[in-house]
Amino acid sequence: MTSELDIFVGNTTLIDEDVYRLWLDGYSVSDAVALRVRSGILEQTGATAAVLQSDTMDHYRTFHMLERLLHAPPKLLHQLIFQIPPSRQALLIERYYAFDEAFVREVLGKKLSKGTKKDLDDISTKTGITLKSCRRQFDNFKRVFKVVEEMRGSLVDNIQQHFLLSDRLSRDYAAIVFFANNRFETGKKKLQYLSFGDFAFCAELMIQNWTLGAVGEAPTDPDSQVDDMDVDLDKEFLQDLKELKVLVADKDLLDLHKSLVCTTLRGKLTVFSEMEANFKNLSRGLVNVAAKLTHNKDVRDLFVDLVEKFVEPCRSDHWPLADVRLFLNQYSASVHSLDGFRHQALWDRYMGTLRGCLLRLYHD
Amino acid sequence: MPGKLKVKIVAGRHLPVMDRASDLTDAFVEVKFGNTTFKTDVYLKSLNPQWNSEWFKFEVDDEDLQDEPLQITVLDHDTYSANDAIGKVYIDIDPLLYSEAATVISGWFPIYDTIHGIRGEINVIVKVDLFNDLNRFRQSSCGVKFFCTTSIPKCYRAVIIHGFVEELVVNEDPEYQWIDRIRTPRASNEARQRLISLMSGELQRKIGLKVLEMRGNAVVGYLQCFDLEGESGLVVRAIGTACTLDKLSSPAAFLPACNSPSKEMKEIPFNEDPNPNTHSSGPSTPLKNQTYSFSPSKSYSRQSSSSDTDLSLTPKTAPYPQGPRIYLCPSSPPLSCGSLHLKKSCLLLSESSLPPHHSSLGSPVLRKSVSFSEELFLAASGMGSGSAGKEGGPFKALLRQQTQSALEQRGGSPHRFCKRREFPFFTLTAFPPGFLVHVGGVVSARSVKLLDRIHNPAFVGIMGNTRSYKLLDWNSFNSDEPETRDAWWAEIRQEIKSHAKALGCHAVVGYSESTSICEEVCILSASGTAAVLNPRFLQDGTLEGCLEQRLEENLPVGCGFCHIPYDELNMPFPAHLTYCYNCRKQKVPDVLFTTIDLPTDATVVGKGCLIQARLCRLKKKAQAEANATAISNLLPFMEYEVHTQLMNKLKLKGMNALFGLRIQITVGENMLMGLASATGVYLAALPTPGGIQIAGKTPNDGSYEQHISHMQKKINDTIAKNKELYEINPPETSEELIGSPIPEPRQHSRLLRSQSESSDEVTELDLSHGKKDAFVLEIDDTDALEDVHSLLTDVPPPPGFYSCNTEIMPGINNWTSEIQMFTSVRVTRLSSLNLTNQALNKNFNDLCENLLKSLYFKLRSMIPCCLCHVNFTVSLPEDELIQVTVTAVAITFDKNQALQTTKTHVEKSLQRASTDNEELLQFPLELCSDSIPSHPFPPAKAVTVEKASPMGEGNFRNRSAPPCANSTVGVVKMTPLSFIPGAKITKYLGIINMFFIRETTSLREEGGVSGFLHAFIAEVFAMVRAHVAALGGNAVVSYIMKQCVFMENPNKNQAQCLINVSGDAVVFVRESDLEVVSTQHPTANCQPLCAGGEVTT
Repeated sequence: MTSELDIFVGNTTLIDEDVYRLWLDGYSVSDAVALRVRSGILEQTGATAAVLQSDTMDHYRTFHMLERLLHAPPKLLHQLIFQIPPSRQALLIERYYAFDEAFVREVLGKKLSKGTKKDLDDISTKTGITLKSCRRQFDNFKRVFKVVEEMRGSLVDNIQQHFLLSDRLSRDYAAIVFFANNRFETGKKKLQYLSFGDFAFCAELMIQNWTLGAVGEAPTDPDSQVDDMDVDLDKEFLQDLKELKVLVADKDLLDLHKSLVCTTLRGKLTVFSEMEANFKNLSRGLVNVAAKLTHNKDVRDLFVDLVEKFVEPCRSDHWPLADVRLFLNQYSASVHSLDGFRHQALWDRYMGTLRGCLLRLYHD
Repeated sequence: MPGKLKVKIVAGRHLPVMDRASDLTDAFVEVKFGNTTFKTDVYLKSLNPQWNSEWFKFEVDDEDLQDEPLQITVLDHDTYSANDAIGKVYIDIDPLLYSEAATVISGWFPIYDTIHGIRGEINVIVKVDLFNDLNRFRQSSCGVKFFCTTSIPKCYRAVIIHGFVEELVVNEDPEYQWIDRIRTPRASNEARQRLISLMSGELQRKIGLKVLEMRGNAVVGYLQCFDLEGESGLVVRAIGTACTLDKLSSPAAFLPACNSPSKEMKEIPFNEDPNPNTHSSGPSTPLKNQTYSFSPSKSYSRQSSSSDTDLSLTPKTAPYPQGPRIYLCPSSPPLSCGSLHLKKSCLLLSESSLPPHHSSLGSPVLRKSVSFSEELFLAASGMGSGSAGKEGGPFKALLRQQTQSALEQRGGSPHRFCKRREFPFFTLTAFPPGFLVHVGGVVSARSVKLLDRIHNPAFVGIMGNTRSYKLLDWNSFNSDEPETRDAWWAEIRQEIKSHAKALGCHAVVGYSESTSICEEVCILSASGTAAVLNPRFLQDGTLEGCLEQRLEENLPVGCGFCHIPYDELNMPFPAHLTYCYNCRKQKVPDVLFTTIDLPTDATVVGKGCLIQARLCRLKKKAQAEANATAISNLLPFMEYEVHTQLMNKLKLKGMNALFGLRIQITVGENMLMGLASATGVYLAALPTPGGIQIAGKTPNDGSYEQHISHMQKKINDTIAKNKELYEINPPETSEELIGSPIPEPRQHSRLLRSQSESSDEVTELDLSHGKKDAFVLEIDDTDALEDVHSLLTDVPPPPGFYSCNTEIMPGINNWTSEIQMFTSVRVTRLSSLNLTNQALNKNFNDLCENLLKSLYFKLRSMIPCCLCHVNFTVSLPEDELIQVTVTAVAITFDKNQALQTTKTHVEKSLQRASTDNEELLQFPLELCSDSIPSHPFPPAKAVTVEKASPMGEGNFRNRSAPPCANSTVGVVKMTPLSFIPGAKITKYLGIINMFFIRETTSLREEGGVSGFLHAFIAEVFAMVRAHVAALGGNAVVSYIMKQCVFMENPNKNQAQCLINVSGDAVVFVRESDLEVVSTQHPTANCQPLCAGGEVTT
C-alpha cells in the first residue's frame, strides 16, 4: 500500500518554523525528515516516521509554492491564494532573505553575475552550506541588486519598500548592494579578519556621506541623469579628493599638522613615541588613499589600502583602540587649524567617514 | 420582470506575462451576461491595468438574474492573431437579489483558468436594481433566501418550518459530447463549468418557487449535489427545508435562543405569519384536519402497496434491467431469502441487535396508516386508546396526528397535496428548542440503479453556445418517462417515510441523500432520523393551550427526545427498554443512533468522540445487470457489518448514543467500501452500556480458552481506559430506583391503561435481565477474530485532542476563537496481489487511522483542541485506488476552564444556569461590539508589519512607513460549523455555491499529483474567500466540499479534478475585544487565523 497522493490544505496556511528553516537550509525532504527525527519530535508527539514524512512533504510543497511569491514580497501581501497572518508573512520574508555570515563574506564585493554563480559549488564546499541554500542567498542578493540598482532615493528605503524586510536586514542588503556595485575587494587574506558587520558598518557610513544621495541634490534636480544616488560614490567628490594631497605634498603643512597633533596628544597616548615616529607615514597613507580614489581600481582596493596603510602599522606597534580613536580625532580636527589649507569641508566629508571606518576596522 | 444589472471593471493586478517580447500584457475584459457582451478598452503594456470602465448595464429578466452567472473574461489583445484568454471569473449575483443580504459585490477576484489556475486578480463592482413587484412573478423566485446551514440561522427566528423541498435538473455532460473530440480541454472545461453554474441557478430558482408556493421565504439546510453520470448525463439535484424566517432585529435576539424554552415559546406569535395562508382552511382544529385525511390514507396505501409490490413488480415495470431494491423496512413482507435478520439491523440502527421477532413486524405501520382518524377521535374525546402502551399514549397520538396534519396541510391548496406533501422530511440537524419531541432512530434506504442514456426527443444538443442549452426538467416528463431520476428518488423517499412510520414517527429529521456512481451502476442512498416533532412550528394556525401545557410537563429537560416514540407493545423491532434514567417516567431504548446533532438541552456525561466503522468488500467485475445484482446482494451484509462495528466500538468507548451518523457506501469496479462516521456520547438518560463479552466456539480447548480470556481482559481494560479518557462516570443510581416498576406520580395515569400493564411488567423483567447481559461477541472464525483485533487497534487521539463529526463536542464549551479549517486528501494504491477482504479492510483502516494521526500531528500547535465536523468521503476513482477526503475544523479550547467541566447532572445544570447569567451580563458588551463598524479587521494590520520590522534606534533618515502594509488582504474565516466561536454572526450575505474544474497536461512539472491537487484546493479556498470578501463578508459558515473528483493519467502526464463547494457567506463581529482573556494569553492569541493587529487592539 503506497500513498499516491497525500495533501493537507488549511484555510490558514500552516507554517512550521522548524521545517521552514530546514527548507531554507537546502535540505532534501529525506534529510529534513532524518533531522527532525533526531530532534526527538517523534518521542514528544508520539507520531510515526510516516506521519513525519508526509508532514515534511506537505510543508516543502507549500514553501515551494510560496517561493515564487517570496521573490516579490509585496505580492505575498496581496496574493489571495495563501491566507497567512501578517506576522507570519513577515517571518516568511525575513527568513527567506536572511543569509549566512560565511556565505556573504565569500561573495561580498563580487560582481553578482553568472560567473560568480558558477563558483557557488566551491563556496558551498568551503563553507559547508548546502548548494541549494547558497543559490537562494546568491539569487536574493542578485534580485535585490537588480531591483534597487537603478532606483533613485534612499537605498535602504527602496529595499524596505520592495522587499518588506526589517530595518536591520534592509541595511545589510544596502551594504551588499553597495559593495557589489562598487566591487570593493573583501576577499584578500589581509581582510579575512573582518566580519560582514564591519563592512556593513563602513558601507553605511560611505552611503551616508560619500554618495550623491548624501548631498541631497536629487530633489532639486529631478531630471538629472544621476539615478542611482545611493549606490554610486559621488564622482565629483572623489575627483575633489585629489586636492587633499597638499596635506602631505606640502612639507610645511605636513610638519605643522604633525606638531599640532603631537602637542595635543603628548602624555595622552600610551604609544606616543611610536605615533610621533610614524605620523608622516600614516598621514601619507591616509591622504594617498583619498587621492587615488579617482581610479575605479583603487576604489576597489580601498579596504586593502586602509588595512595596509593604517591598520597594520598601528597594530604592529600595539596601539590600543582608545589611542587610535584619540589620534584619529586629533588628526582630523587639527586640520582645521592649518591656515593654508582651503578644503576643510572636503576634508571633513572624507575624514569623518574614514575615521568611523578605521575605528571599526581596527581590531584583531 | 426586468432588473438592471450594472458592472464596472476597475483594475487588474499581477496579470501573467502574455507577450514574451516585452514581458508585458495588453489586457482587456469582456463582460458577459446572458447574450449580451460588453468590452473594456485595451490597457496597453501593463501587468496591473487600470481600466476604470464605465458602468456596463444589462437589462434582464429576473429569471435570468437567478439562473445566469455573470461571466468576466480577461484577454490579452493581439493585433495579428486571435486574442488569448487569460482567465475568467464567474460571479453568482444571487446574493444581490434579496434585500437583507449584500447590496453590492465589490472586490478583487482571482482570475481563474482551468488549465493554468489562478492568474492574477481583477477588481469588479456589481450592482443590481430590481423593480419591486416581484410577487406577480412565478418563474422567478427572487427574494427567497438560501442557507446551507442545517439549523435555523443565528440571526433569524423560525416562524414556521414548512418542510421538504427538492428538485433536480438533468442535462447532457459537455465532456461526453462529440464536439469534445475537436475542441480544446479548456473549452470543454469551461462549457462544463458554465453549464453547471447555469443548472445550479435554475435549480435554486425552481426550489425557490416551491418555497414561495408553500408561503415560505427561505430554504434552510440547502444541499445541492452533482451526479456525474458520464455518458448518461449530468444531474444536479438539491434538497432543503422550506421555512418562514423572521429577522431578529433587536440585539437582544442574539442571545442564544435556547436559554429558556418556555420564554421562547411565549414569544412566538402563532398568528403573526407574515404570509397568511389564504388557501388553507383556517385554524386547524383536529376535526378540520379530517378534511384532508383522505389524502394521507391514500398516500399511505400507495406506499404500502409500493413496498409490497416493488419486489415482484420492479422487473416488470422497469423498461430496462435494474438491480433489485433493498428493503430495509420491517414492514415489507418477509423475503424468502435467509438474510432477513440483516435487513432488520440495517434499518433500525437505533436498537441492539437481538434475534428479531418477525411476528410483530408490519402491524404498527398498518395500524397507524389506516386508522389515523379513528385514533384522533379517541384522543380528542379524552378516552384512552387501548393500543397505546402508556399514559402518554393518547397524548402522543394526538400530537402525532396534529403534526401529521400540520405537515400535510401546509401545502396550501389541497390539490397540490399529493405532489408536495408527500415527504415530511427535514434537512435540519439542529432545531429550535421544543421542536424535537422524540427520536425514533436512524432510517436509511439504498437502491441500486443502472444508468442509461437520458434520451428524449425534445433534447437539443449543446453546441458551445450558451443559449442553446436546453435544460430539461424531468418533472414534466414524469408521465411518459417513468424511469427518471425523480422517480428513483421518490421511491427511496417513500421507503424512508415508511421506515419512519414503523418507528412510530411521522417525520424524518437530519435527512440527506447521496449517490455513488461507478460506470453505469449507481447507488442512491438516503438516510435520516425518524422523529416526532412539535407541530407548533409546522403549521400556521393556532394551537390548543392544553397541548402546549402537556407538552411541557411531558418533556423533562434533557431527556425528552430520548423517549421512545413507538408503542412498547407493538415495537417494530425487539429492544431493551428502561425507564429514563433522567426523569424515570418514560421508556428509553438502551442505545440511540441518530443523524442529527446533539440537542442543546441534552444531558451528556463526559465527552464525546469520533467513532468510525470501516469496511471493504471485494466484488467481481461484472457488466450492467449482473454488476447491479452483485452489488445489491452485498449491500445488506455491508450495512449489517457496519452496524455491528459501530455498536462494538460504541460499547468499547463505554458510550450509549451516536449522533451525526453518516454511512457512506462507495461502489468501485471491483469492490465496495463502507464508511460510517458518528459522534459517540454517553447520554445520561439512557442506561449504562454493558461491556463486551467474548465467547469462543470450542470451550474445551485450553489454550484457546486462555487466548479468549486474554482478549476479554484487553477489552475490559480498553473500556475502563476509555471511560477515564472521556470522563464517563455517570452518577451511581441505586438499583431499587431503576427496579421500582412505576414511580409514584404516575399512579393516576395508570387508569388509562388496562391490560397493557401486565405486559409492561414483563418487558421490564426482560429488560433488567437484558441490561446485565453484556454484549456478546462470538468468535467462531478467523473473521470474527480479525474484527475483535481491529476493534482494539483503534488508537485514541493523542492527549489534548478530541474529535467529533457533529457541530460541537459534547462536554466542551469553552472554545477560544482560534479555528483552522482544512481539507486533506489521500489516494492510496492497493497492490493487486493481496486483494482479500481482510487485507482490504486492514489497508482501508490503516489509511483512515494514518490520516487522522497526520492531522493530529499537523495541528499539534493548537492543543488543547477539538476536531469538529470531521467529514470523511471515500471514493474509488480507479481499480486499485482509494481516495479519502477529509474536511474538518480544529478549534482550540481553554484548558483551564475545561478542567472544571462538571461531571454530574446537577452541577451541570447549575453551570448552565450560570452561563445563562453570564450571557445576560455580557449583553451590554455585545451592544458595544455590535456598534463597531461591521468590518472587524481594522487597518491595524499595518502595526504588525511594523512590529516585525522594528524601526530601530539608528534611524538616520526619515523613512516612510513600509508601503502596502495597509492594503493586506482581509482575513476570511472558513468553517464547516454553523457558527464561529467567540463571535456573533450579524448578517447572512447569501449562499456560496461554486464549481471548478482544473486540468493539467504538465503534471510532473506542477509537482505531481500532490502538487497539482494541493495548488488547486488552495486556489478553491482563495476563490471562495474572495467572493465572500467581495460580498462584504468575513467568514463562510457551514462550508462543505461536496465533491472532489480527481482523475489522473500519469502516462500522459495529465490530471483533472472537479471540486464543488458551498457555504453561507456571513458577517461576524467578535464577541468581545475587551475581554480580559486576550491579555491573559497573549501568546495563545497570536494564532494564525486572526490578524495580529486585531488581537492587540
